Amino acid sequence: MAASRPGVAVVNVELFRPKRDSVCGPPSAVDFVIDRGFRALSRGGVLLILFVIAMLLWEIGGKAIPGIQRYGLSFLTSSTWDVSREQYGILPAIWGTLYSSLLALLIGGFFGVTMAIFLTQDFLPPRLAAVFRTTVELLAAIPSVVYGLWGIFVVIPFIRPFADVMHNEFGWIPFFSTSLSGPGLLPASIVLAIMVLPTIAAVSQDALRAVPFRVKQAAYGLGATQWEAILRVIVPTAATGIFGALVLGFGRALGETMALAMLVGNSNQITLSMLSPANTLAALLALNFPEAGPREVEVLMYGALVLMAITLVVNVLGSVIMLFANRKMR
Amino acid sequence: MNAADVSASVDLRRAPLERRALRSAMLTGGAWLVAVIAAVPLLSVLYMLVSHGGARLNVEALTTLPPAGFEMGGGFGNALVGTLVVVAIGAAIAVPVGIAAAVFLAELGSTSSLANVARFATKTLTGLPSILAGVFAYALVVLVTGTYSAPAGGVALSLLMVPTVILTAEEALKMVPKIMKDAAYGMGCTRTQVIARVLLPTALPGILTGVMLAVARAAGETAPLLFTALFSNYWLYQDGHLGLMQPTASLAVLIYNFSGMPFDNQIELAWAASLVLVLIVLVINVASRLLGKPKI
Repeated sequence: MAASRPGVAVVNVELFRPKRDSVCGPPSAVDFVIDRGFRALSRGGVLLILFVIAMLLWEIGGKAIPGIQRYGLSFLTSSTWDVSREQYGILPAIWGTLYSSLLALLIGGFFGVTMAIFLTQDFLPPRLAAVFRTTVELLAAIPSVVYGLWGIFVVIPFIRPFADVMHNEFGWIPFFSTSLSGPGLLPASIVLAIMVLPTIAAVSQDALRAVPFRVKQAAYGLGATQWEAILRVIVPTAATGIFGALVLGFGRALGETMALAMLVGNSNQITLSMLSPANTLAALLALNFPEAGPREVEVLMYGALVLMAITLVVNVLGSVIMLFANRKMR
Repeated sequence: MNAADVSASVDLRRAPLERRALRSAMLTGGAWLVAVIAAVPLLSVLYMLVSHGGARLNVEALTTLPPAGFEMGGGFGNALVGTLVVVAIGAAIAVPVGIAAAVFLAELGSTSSLANVARFATKTLTGLPSILAGVFAYALVVLVTGTYSAPAGGVALSLLMVPTVILTAEEALKMVPKIMKDAAYGMGCTRTQVIARVLLPTALPGILTGVMLAVARAAGETAPLLFTALFSNYWLYQDGHLGLMQPTASLAVLIYNFSGMPFDNQIELAWAASLVLVLIVLVINVASRLLGKPKI
């Protein structure tokens, strides 16, 4: 092009000469070797991750084998945990894990999804929305052991009067059939709900944002009020994603350890009462592992395997639902 | 009836007292209430930390050893050091492996089936209960070396940090404009040169954000340390030798241990240690947010 225009033919050659530290030019043999080495290293990183995950399954599964052989399925259906008599069963822990997580999901899910709607559907000026969004995100940053401490000294005293009223007036309902003696399922689930709220809110927000704008426009065009558009059009459209958020939140709740170990009361009983102490799988592991003898370690590994199986199923289910939800929106 | 008549007979003005409009307004009020209630726990936690922990937070608390039973005074100096050491060991393992893997996922083999498998596995790993990371490190390190130690805790934490590092680093690497890569390739760069001199420096803020978030999360983890690093009432470096392969204290485990004690002194120290831990976590979090603002 330049040659066709007279007078522009003078080109400053220096501009195009490589500077000394330029990488311009064909790769040397050394570059080639480094390149191969680095690429192998990078692939090695990926393989190492997969290897470690395989090791995780192998180690926990392998160490659990003696326990599985000795106790078999009765481990899952028996409810005594007696180290001196070597009788171990985790039915109460499984029950407590599912109970506390479901209760937490009920509370945290309601708050999380409502927050997600509140933050994505133009209720707030962007500044204020950012403040609330940061607040929810910071909830996730507080370490669980601090939540446990807070639960002991704030949540339990706070809910005690309400719990007493519920027990005295509605004690005939199985959910309130015992009085709150301190730690218990309800305070544990409340703290657990606070801990899963950020996950549910964040993933639901993504799902709600993915709803095409024209869907919302169409709803308003038909004369829907803001909440009619949200509840009948936008939320149903994002339902798969929100469901995925709830499943992922449930997975988080199942595996949460410290807040429960500090608040659930660690009592091996199966109860419907949410004011009664109980136990969870993760709390059982946390409490018994540090002082376990070799025999007890075997059964604890079995318990860890059960916990891993439950959380793995729930988390994979959540990831698959999210994949499905994203594909549907596209 | 023609179109003009229809539009004339329909009242399109807003009717604020109509049932539908009232219901909408009520739900909006409910949403506000929920949002405010959701903010209460954070404020309450912060208030308790400042009022209970702040009173006890002083130089003595930060530099002395934990008190036994009925002793007064004391602090959590060894736990603070222990947390830093264990998290540093975890990061030293997780960051290089995580970045190497992220480079593969984002650039070298982003569409390969290996990458797809690894991506799914990493996402699933983010949901791994932290206590299971502890169980894994217990089986892999504690049972093999025969002792609770800081490296065992570090291994457990690295397992929890790796997914965050990989996923954020991959995102950051993918954000680098294609023009920049193409320009480098056009000059005859090898893929390694493009990655080392263009991709990684450009994506550095994003990668650091992920690393800092992972460190912040790891610093607060308790469950994986309970039976890997355990706890100790002594300094890591004591009597002239560094005892890395021995039980190591950490802030999180100290809070857990002290929270169950019947002594006011220990409870106060648990609050003070919580304040320090939350300050560390929040400072890292806020810093990573400032850093992570996209500049490209």
